[in-house]
Amino acid sequence: MKELINWVADPIRSFPIFSILFFIVMKYYRIVGTKKFAWIFTAIAIPAFFWFMSDPNFFLIITFPDNIPISILIVSILFFTWFTLHKCAINDQRIEDGLGPVEALPENREKVWCWPNLVYTELFTIIAGTVFLIVWAIIFKAPLEEPANPTWAPNPAKAPWYFLGLQEMLVYFDPWMAGVVLPGLVVVGLIAIPYIDTNPKGNGYFTFKERPIAIWGFMFGWLVLWIYLIIVGTFLRGPNWTFYGPFEYWDFHKVVAEYNVNLSEFLWVKWLNTSMPANLIMREMLGIIITALYVFVLPPLIAASDFGKKIIEKSGQIRYYIFITLLLIMMSLPIKMVLRWLFSLKYIVALPEWELNL
Amino acid sequence: MAEKGLADKVRETQIWKSIFRHGPPDNARNRAAVVAGNVFLHLHPIKLKKSGVKLGYTWCMGGLTFFIFLALTVTGVLLMFYYRPTAEYAFNDIIALREHVPLGIMREIHRWGAHAMVITVWLHMFRVFMTGSYKPPREFNWGVGVILLVLTLLLSFTGYLLPWDQLAIWAIAVGSNMAKATPFLGHGGPGAMLAQIGDFVMVSDKNDVRFQLLAGRFVGEPALLRFYILHCVFIPLVVGVLIAVHFWRVRKDGGISAPL
Ligand code: HEM
Repeated sequence: MKELINWVADPIRSFPIFSILFFIVMKYYRIVGTKKFAWIFTAIAIPAFFWFMSDPNFFLIITFPDNIPISILIVSILFFTWFTLHKCAINDQRIEDGLGPVEALPENREKVWCWPNLVYTELFTIIAGTVFLIVWAIIFKAPLEEPANPTWAPNPAKAPWYFLGLQEMLVYFDPWMAGVVLPGLVVVGLIAIPYIDTNPKGNGYFTFKERPIAIWGFMFGWLVLWIYLIIVGTFLRGPNWTFYGPFEYWDFHKVVAEYNVNLSEFLWVKWLNTSMPANLIMREMLGIIITALYVFVLPPLIAASDFGKKIIEKSGQIRYYIFITLLLIMMSLPIKMVLRWLFSLKYIVALPEWELNL
Repeated sequence: MAEKGLADKVRETQIWKSIFRHGPPDNARNRAAVVAGNVFLHLHPIKLKKSGVKLGYTWCMGGLTFFIFLALTVTGVLLMFYYRPTAEYAFNDIIALREHVPLGIMREIHRWGAHAMVITVWLHMFRVFMTGSYKPPREFNWGVGVILLVLTLLLSFTGYLLPWDQLAIWAIAVGSNMAKATPFLGHGGPGAMLAQIGDFVMVSDKNDVRFQLLAGRFVGEPALLRFYILHCVFIPLVVGVLIAVHFWRVRKDGGISAPL
């Protein structure tokens, strides 16, 4: 059993599994969003957690300094994801029945006094937050390791957990993409959301059905790309950033032979059986063309599809092109992951001479 | 007439009346006065829609984030009394905090609180997204929020270095190494070699973005001072100002979002 879980946890398998699970949960959110589902899930998850904890290697990685917050993050994300789906399921059913969202009920539109209604809620939050922080602080000591030693790097050297998704991306992208361009685009993309999404529905109440594209897109980026990668980076990456299953001992001598090939090597050496051209642009031509097609030709092609037409009709050309470009750049990450696993593809465009690898 | 209770007697003293200028909030007039007359409470509207008060709607996540920010400010100031940002003292001061300072859980609260704040900001954003609260007229405030999110991560990141242990410097080394790959601005990034005139290299490891961030080519004492000032003074000030803008806009954009 543990062997099996170790085997499944490898991103090659766990990423597709997680994506499919994500897809099922989102598609059947009305079933997932029921209280019954939540109870059944909890009833399975709690014993499973204790069983996991009984394993010394798993226990070690969970209680590793600064990994406790991630456990809290996972639990709260599970809860709040379920909770929003629950709220959405209720409202969507009501909207279908012509009743309108719960938030629009007359008793919810009614104005109430700030004192005591809101002030007491806030007071409760403050007290609960204080108690939580103090208890946490008493139970768990803040980590402190050996004094800083610039000449001896620990292995693995990990960034703080909230950046581990980015560090995990380094497996698939060079630092200029994983550490600078992609996070920069995440920030820009987030700020752009209100200006791209012109759907007037779902403003001020929970609903999934009335804004499917926005919610699918956001949830995929947030749960599958951001949170999943953080979990992998935290719990499943050991020395040399090698994969270790959750029950696996971090053996420093584990060697994983990995031989990745650039697209240009595929083209010239494997397929055309010649040597690599000396001219850089010539050498990387195929990759450059593919990248250009992906960024410049795919958007107009999608624009002609039903999906594209619908968006353009609703929000116009400019919004459509910004949206689809951001979406394609986001999807370049899972695409590169899959290419790596299927073909051991390293770079689509490999120009180390210019520090420009894609 | 019934005997007056102790609470009523206290309310009639000159001291009490000088602080709270209104009677108990059990009627409309006084309830308005409580909220409007208090500098902290007057951030709130006097009356608001029931849906916006419900925990199931806001999760009070923004409020919780703000509370943790305040708690971090208080514990952070306490920590500053004991901590000196130099390579010689930093680590030992942290040990002292643990071993010699009475009731020494301030560092724990500060550290776990910092992690908690990252989590609550994310969840707050998630809630705001799911209720579509970024839609007009709240587009701008969503943008302010995204900047707050980035600054929260940077606050946490700069604080990570201060204990000056192995965990700290190597986490920052990994993080800041990414900066050297910035296109055009980092010496290891694409485009940097274009900025070269003859033998003169414009972007090198002695002046690129990573150098500016660390005040050096590696995580050393100058980086510690730089991170300390960013962490204790600069970023908190900016966050404080932006939170004020954020709250002001929540009010000006019509309060907590609700169906139109
Ligand atoms: C330091 C970080 C932040 C603090 C202290 C903060 C605080 C708050 C508070 C107290 C509210 C009132 C309602 C509530 O509690 O949910 C609020 C609302 C709001 N926040 Fe934030 N926030 C922060 C970050 C963010 C982020 C990251 C975003 C989005 C990217 C954001 C977007 C919004 C929006 C759009 C509203 C209006 C919500 C509505 O009307 O329903 N904020 N914020």
